[in-house]
Order: sequence, then structure tokens, then C-alpha cells
Amino acid sequence: MTPPGGWPTLPELAIDVTPTFVISTALATRDFQDVHHDRDKAVQRGSKDIFLNILTTTGLVQRFVTDWAGPDAFVRNVSIKLGVPCYAGETLTLSGEITAREGSEATVRVVGRNSLGDHVTGTVKVVLP
Amino acid sequence: MSATSGSSAETSAADRITAVADRLRAAGECTPRPARDPVNEPMINNWTEALGDRNPAYPAVAPPAMIQVWTMGGLHPERSEDDPLGGMVEILDATGYTSVVATNSEQTYHRHLKPGERLAVTSRLEEVVGPKQTALGEGWFVTTRSTWWSGDEPVGEMMFRVLKFKPKPATQASVPPMVSRDTAFFWDGTKLGELRIQKCAACGALRHPPGPMCPRCNALDPTHIVSSGLGEVYSYVVHHHPQVPGKQTPFVIALVELEEGVRMLGELLDVDPEQVKVGLPVRVRFVPSGEFALPAWEVR
Repeated sequence: MTPPGGWPTLPELAIDVTPTFVISTALATRDFQDVHHDRDKAVQRGSKDIFLNILTTTGLVQRFVTDWAGPDAFVRNVSIKLGVPCYAGETLTLSGEITAREGSEATVRVVGRNSLGDHVTGTVKVVLP
Repeated sequence: MSATSGSSAETSAADRITAVADRLRAAGECTPRPARDPVNEPMINNWTEALGDRNPAYPAVAPPAMIQVWTMGGLHPERSEDDPLGGMVEILDATGYTSVVATNSEQTYHRHLKPGERLAVTSRLEEVVGPKQTALGEGWFVTTRSTWWSGDEPVGEMMFRVLKFKPKPATQASVPPMVSRDTAFFWDGTKLGELRIQKCAACGALRHPPGPMCPRCNALDPTHIVSSGLGEVYSYVVHHHPQVPGKQTPFVIALVELEEGVRMLGELLDVDPEQVKVGLPVRVRFVPSGEFALPAWEVR
């Protein structure tokens, strides 16, 4: 049942996607693909610049939800689809809203946008304390 | 497959890829690949520091989204014989699909993981679809399903999809514009970074595209002004097909109403077609193309 006034939306999270951010997150997720740390190779492969890896995008989507849900929440599922790349130099803005709630488990729909469009769309299932 | 493909070489590449996919899919779940390290606080701290995650639950437990990190192949990955993604990457690399992007990830976590647990991952090939024409180039979508184990206990699962593609060759030269005595002033201007609008010297009316005669007073005495280059999208199309030399589809062609009142066509650059709308404020950008500079638009 949707409560009167609808479910709350989550506070937005804006990430300054610097080259340092792209590279340090790629390495922290043990992703050594050259397109995440070597601009020349990224350009050779048809990209404009180095770009975020999917493990980081998954992690940011999770962080966006736990920033709101708090340390006692348990994330059960993160399902994402990537759209436009998130190149170094972009600002990635995550926004989200609850779309369902069953018992203590909420489903949050998340969108992460940058200047090119939707970088990530997906859902997070989180068990709230 | 593209309309122009179908040579025997391409057919045999597709056959080889499909044969490997069939074999790997039939093989089912691969042997478990152990994580290099147990779940540990330093790697959790590196991850939370890099991602800016200040959740105080970490590092006593690992962020659930780190599950894939524990079993990444690292800087010098060694593929096990029966690793399905490794097997598909090998055949796709060998057939020219050398680039990779991840497109989907669906992870389910059964419980929090704690430092000290050593994980292993098994995976199986679910589906291989291709060749597909994508915005990045021709490629194959490879879908795997993985399970992470802590001892005998499954602690998480993932559906993972990547696109292995042939990077497009460096952009070919676009078709050059036709230049006539009526339009030379325009193309001379774009080389100088000026967006020129034809103006009737007799009555002062502005007009575009250029022509010899003023449609208002019929005078044959054109001159020009320099536009501010600012305008708004008046109408637009998103071009998906057919392919155009020098262009990657989809691209947006916008009819822009300039501040001076005339409308001008050009490509709208660096924009998600979904985000374009009538009234979108744009400014001109000149794109070098051979000996010309083509006027295009960018969102402002």
C-alpha cells in the first residue's frame, strides 16, 4: 500500500567524477582495464576519455541508498543497467525514490545522470532497520 | 548483421563464436575460482575511501557491492580452462571484437561478509547474442551468472552482461559542403569562427539559407551580418538509420532558431537524444572537417 502523499524521495547525491576518482575507484575495485586509467588507450578504443567502471557504479548506487537508509540497513540486491558512459570531468547526480515496500524491505528506483544523459538506471532492494 | 556484411569470412567468425558459446554453455558451472585475499579491512578501507562511502558499518562488515571485487582477476589475470567469460573473451578477441563494456549487473547478497572469510566464485555462461549493431560498433552481448561461496554456503549471486565490440575506425571525413558564389561567404565565415547570416543590402531583411535574391524586395544585393551563434531548438530529428559517412548513429539534427530570427540546420553535439526538446537553448560550435569548418550546435 502506498501511503498518503506517496513514498519519500531520497536526498540527491552529486559525485564529482575527476580523473583521480575514476582511477582510484577502478583500482579499489581491482579493475585494471586500460579504459579506466589510460586516456590514450580509451581514446584509441573509441571513447572520449577514461570512464567509470561498472563495479564503481554499482558501489555508488549502493552508497546512495545506504547514505539515506543508515548503517543498520542491509542491501539485498543492486540491479543496474548502464546507459551513457560517465567520463572523467562529469558530475554524476544520483536520485531515487521508493517504489515498493513489503514489510521492512523497500525497493528504491535509482537514476544516475550526467551531462550526456542517464548513465545508470536500476533498483536497490534494502532491508530497513 | 549489417546489411553490407555476409561475406564468408564474417559468417565463419559468427559460426566460430557460436560454436564456442554452445560448448561453454553446455559445460555449465565452472570450477570454483578462489579469491586472492580473504575479505579484509585494508581493501574495504581502500574501497570506501575511493568511493567516498562513510557508512560506519564498514569495515567491520564489507560493503555488499564489493562482492565482485574479492574475486577479480587482478592485474595479471590467469584464466582457468573452463571460465566461461574468459573463454568468450578469447574467441571474441580473436575474431576482432577486441573492446569491452559492461552493460548490466544484477547482484543479490544473502548476508554481510566479514573480514577473514575467503570467497570463491563459480560462473556459467547464460547467453551470447550477436552480432548486433550498437552505438559503439558491431558486437556481441555475453551474459554470465555467478555465485559466490564462503565454504559451502552461497553468499551472493550476479547476472553480468558485457558487450564485446569492434571499435569503430577513426571517424571518416564527412561529405564536404557544396560551395557556390552565393554560399562562399558563409563557409569563409565558419573557417574564421563566424556564423554569418545573409542580409539584403537594399531592405535589410535577413535570410538563410543563402541565395542570390532577397525574397522580400527582390534586390540582388546581398551582404551579411555575424550571428551571436545563440539560439533555441525549433525542431529536430534523431537519425538512427541509414549509416552516414563520418557519423556515428544515432545523432541529432536540429533546426535552430537563432536570436537574429533565421533558422539554421546543424548537428546537435554531445547530447543524449532523449534529452533534446523544442526550446532547448544552444550555441554554435565549429567542427573542423577537412578544409571546412561545419557549424554545429551544443547545449548551453
